Amino acid sequence: MAQAPSIPAAGDRAVVAPPNAGRAFFGAMRRFMRSSPLGMAAVVFLVMIVCIAIFARQVAPFDPLKADYLMTRKPPSAHHLLGTDNLGRDVLSRIIYGLRVSLVVSILSVALGTSIGTAWGVTSGYIGGAYDIVSQRLIEVLSSFPTLILALLLSVSLGPGLRTVVIAIGITQIPLGTRITRSVVLATKETAFVEAAQCIGASPARIMLRQVAPQTIAPMLVIASINLGGAIFTEAALSFLGVGVPPPTASLGNMLGGVLAQSFKPPWWLVIFPGTAIALTVLAANLFGDTLRDFLDPKLNKRLG
Amino acid sequence: MQRYLMRRLLTAIPTIFGITVLIFVAMRILPGDPVASIANEGGGGQYVLSKADLAAARVSLGLDKPLPQQYISWIADVAHGNLGHSFWNKEPISAVVLRRGTISLEIALLAVLFSWLVGVPLGILSATRRNSWLDNIVRLFMTMFLAIPSFWIGLSAILVLVLVFTWRPPLTIVQVWQDPVRNMQMVIGPALALGLGLAATLARMTRSSVLESLGEDYVRTARAKGVREMLVISRHVFRNALLPVVTTSGVALGGLIGGAVATETAFGVPGLGTYLVQALSSRDWMVIQNLVLLYAVVFVVINLIVDLSYGWIDPRIRYQ
Repeated sequence: MAQAPSIPAAGDRAVVAPPNAGRAFFGAMRRFMRSSPLGMAAVVFLVMIVCIAIFARQVAPFDPLKADYLMTRKPPSAHHLLGTDNLGRDVLSRIIYGLRVSLVVSILSVALGTSIGTAWGVTSGYIGGAYDIVSQRLIEVLSSFPTLILALLLSVSLGPGLRTVVIAIGITQIPLGTRITRSVVLATKETAFVEAAQCIGASPARIMLRQVAPQTIAPMLVIASINLGGAIFTEAALSFLGVGVPPPTASLGNMLGGVLAQSFKPPWWLVIFPGTAIALTVLAANLFGDTLRDFLDPKLNKRLG
Repeated sequence: MQRYLMRRLLTAIPTIFGITVLIFVAMRILPGDPVASIANEGGGGQYVLSKADLAAARVSLGLDKPLPQQYISWIADVAHGNLGHSFWNKEPISAVVLRRGTISLEIALLAVLFSWLVGVPLGILSATRRNSWLDNIVRLFMTMFLAIPSFWIGLSAILVLVLVFTWRPPLTIVQVWQDPVRNMQMVIGPALALGLGLAATLARMTRSSVLESLGEDYVRTARAKGVREMLVISRHVFRNALLPVVTTSGVALGGLIGGAVATETAFGVPGLGTYLVQALSSRDWMVIQNLVLLYAVVFVVINLIVDLSYGWIDPRIRYQ
């Protein structure tokens, strides 16, 4: 597959693509907006969250790691809008930076899981035979673990760290992507244009890359957006349990870890605000995923079910 | 049906084999050596073991033997129901599993029961009254509870109980046959927190599945011949709509099993999940290894049951 021509591919696409790609994009956006105002709201909200995460340094009022032992566990006030935690760190700033960490971890893990899933699904579906059977068994094994349990196992075995969390969550996302891609590929394999490519003597690697893989783009975008919410969820749970993003780095999950542990009168703001941030982010990601699915591939509903 | 059952049971065997290999590889080969990781990280660095202690621990755990032999003796032990013991307090794991497992099982069963009792009827109502205010409310709740982590519901519930009622659920194990009331106080919270998320998933599946069946020809035929709407829904639509709901509930139960670990921890309930989390933080690898295996096998069995019930509900599946 390595010698597959990627540069001519880009050239070919430029010939095929309409001359006014920009207008086509805005046209698609307008259709998207009209077909689903709620989805559009979710997109706007998601973009807002991403902007907050990107510009965390400019938006956050305090340093998220700076402890202030005179200001521990203060309830929300004009100075610290969402209060301070056990070490006197500003909760709002930690949520903003935590959002960044959680989003980076989940986007990277979705990218990892989805790309491995796609590559695996395309090859397994197209090549078939013993390779396909073995792949199916392996996928079966991976999906026989409850998501969080698999992520826990992997993050213990890979040792603590951000990279571990990304890999652990990414691996849990491989099975779904592989299955969906494979089912798309099995249908594509029978089409006339694949047959035509085979007839003119294109190599299997070329057919997989040029004829088959493009058919999987739409479903994989949908899978990726659906997985995004799940990834944020899993990251939060892992970090909450103390095997995810290691402290002192803030993530939405590890801010919730142990907040009720050593206190007689638990500080409610340490529970309510980070949790709300998780729920809103997952909500936006889910709504975005649903809308994208309805828009790109209504039939996928059935295949996912 | 028997052939279907046999075939399905046979496919579970290589899966379980694969699971054991994956767990074994993750526990032994990737982190270097379980004993070294205990010495480095176990108990928050409080336990410092000397080199001689480490060597002795390796021999007593059989870690000086070659890997294939370790794998075989692990599988042989598990097959005989011997789950080994905790590295720190030498308690047999099987005893802990029996004691705490009942609590986790109760939580899971209650959560499933709640989700079916709430999720499925809501899904049907929402689909049959499509675009009504009821449908909109149900959809709003579904979307909300799909986004709210159940462990956070747990934290918030405890918070309210402690702040408002200055009371919190019992933290020590109370079995249902010892004191049903205190036992219920302990399990009802996690069960509801988990059940809400699962109910949302089920309601969503039921809704889309019922909507799909409502458009089928046999529904139109049933209506045309004058069957009452109640019967159309219960006999014709629901039975057909049930199939995808049952399949997804299998997948959703995986989320429930995993979610239970975080939710039990949030509530501080002494179930299997909290045991696993404690083992994770003290690097008690025998506990981690066997509990993860237990969770995975339980999930495989659940999926097996779901598949079999699918074959039972839909005769077409059996003859494929």
